[in-house]
Amino acid sequence: MVQRPRADKAAVSAGVQKRYPEVWRRHTPRETVTNWLWVAAVALACAWSVSALDIEWAFFKDAHEQAIDLGQRMWPPRWSYLPSIVAPLVETIHIATLGTAIAVVFSIPLAFLAARNTTANGFTWALGRALLVASRSVNTVIWGLLFVAILGPGPLAGIAAVAARSVGFLAKLVAEAIEEADRGPIEAIEATGAGTFQTYVVAILPQVMPVLIGTTVYRWDINVRESSVLGFVGAGGIGIYLYASINQFAWQQVLVALFVILVVVIASEAVSAWIRERIS
Amino acid sequence: MSAGPYPTVWRAPSFFGTRARQQAVVIAALIYLIWSVSTLHIDARRALAGFARAADLFARMIPPDFSRWELLLKGMTESLQMALAATLAGVLLSIPLGIAAARNLAPRPVYLAARALIVTGRTFHEVIIAIFFVKLFGFGPVAGLLTLALSSVIFLAKMLAEDIENVRAGPIEAVRATGAGFWQVVVYSVVPQVLPRSVGTAIYRLDANVRHSTIVGIVGAGGIGQTLSASFSRYDYDFAAAILLAIIALVALGEWFSDRVRTKLR
Repeated sequence: MVQRPRADKAAVSAGVQKRYPEVWRRHTPRETVTNWLWVAAVALACAWSVSALDIEWAFFKDAHEQAIDLGQRMWPPRWSYLPSIVAPLVETIHIATLGTAIAVVFSIPLAFLAARNTTANGFTWALGRALLVASRSVNTVIWGLLFVAILGPGPLAGIAAVAARSVGFLAKLVAEAIEEADRGPIEAIEATGAGTFQTYVVAILPQVMPVLIGTTVYRWDINVRESSVLGFVGAGGIGIYLYASINQFAWQQVLVALFVILVVVIASEAVSAWIRERIS
Repeated sequence: MSAGPYPTVWRAPSFFGTRARQQAVVIAALIYLIWSVSTLHIDARRALAGFARAADLFARMIPPDFSRWELLLKGMTESLQMALAATLAGVLLSIPLGIAAARNLAPRPVYLAARALIVTGRTFHEVIIAIFFVKLFGFGPVAGLLTLALSSVIFLAKMLAEDIENVRAGPIEAVRATGAGFWQVVVYSVVPQVLPRSVGTAIYRLDANVRHSTIVGIVGAGGIGQTLSASFSRYDYDFAAAILLAIIALVALGEWFSDRVRTKLR
């Protein structure tokens, strides 16, 4: 009985101490433990990855020498090669532009199909979503591989590959915009007695137009970059010349090809950024 | 507003501002279309033959052949491992590069050099970088890993630099007011502001690396792309179909995971 007040006092001071620790910490002990467990899990996954890859570390020893050697063989760039890669370079840009244009045409109906509020029923929505996922999950280069098998080598396969990959990209973002479209204009147009198709064209399409154009321009500059390697699988553009030069060990030509790719990609990025800034 | 008769037909306003401007855009697009198609030397007969070939290709793709699932699994695991290890390397190395490329932390010359590196690195497609690593390190997943690591470093550093540049000054001043030194300021005011976004970006990059790990194999840098490319060149289309389905599943799963984690972080 005599002890109790003292015990209470101790409990209170312990409680006070617990509530006001000497050192400020951002996380509770439990949070700290969970955070460290996450870090450990990530570290384990990465350690497993590195160890399972069977890396031949010996290759790293002379890598810098190899790199220097390669650099020396590239220098000086053979500028006389430049005129012969201007045409493939233009072709690369055409592949990107035409592929994007075709993608835009197909992405609009696909977006309406894959948007929850404009699709016909559950089945069409699932179909639209499945097409989106398939289009987006396969890389442009793999689409290129497929279309070269279908259409034969050449820029046409490249255009088809760019279009196939971009359709899903554009349609996904446009479908999101359709789902967020303002109900007001839609109801207003419906009230005039417009049919479903008229409502889509007059009420929804103008609302998603800025998104469509912005995304298209953005995708176009990604596509210019992707088109630069489509030639590796035979789908036209500058990639064919770059790959041929590498296989012939014509490193001075490789440097010229890399340089023009650098210029074109940076220029297309600048153009795209400029247009997008003007739209918004 | 009473001037002129009312039009009897309503026409939606043009997106391009005026009707004349819209017509100019349409005409320019048509001219471009004619010019570009005429320079591409497209063989119409060859293209039309493509439909028959596509039908043939799909007939040979169906049903997809999963009987060599061990080879498939090996390729997929290799891709996933490359993506994971590359993301880790990317995260670690992007920290110094990201700080160097942040205008408000790095000195001017360091900032410019880091930005030049980022701009150059971002330009080249992963497959181009992969060729060089294949030349330097030989065929196999190491070249693929280094390719993905390099592009991850560049991407993550760019995002990190932008996040650091957008850090709010308030918390920095508050922590500094308590008498904290440089590192304490970084740890207690910059890191907490940057970390949540950076974790999100890293997860996003992991997702991107999974996507790219499926293609670097086309130039011999390991992963499922190498298996896919080989099956295409052997006209082994039913196995190729199985690989494509597996890639779609892996990439879709990666995207779903990345989206989920990032919405949770927000």
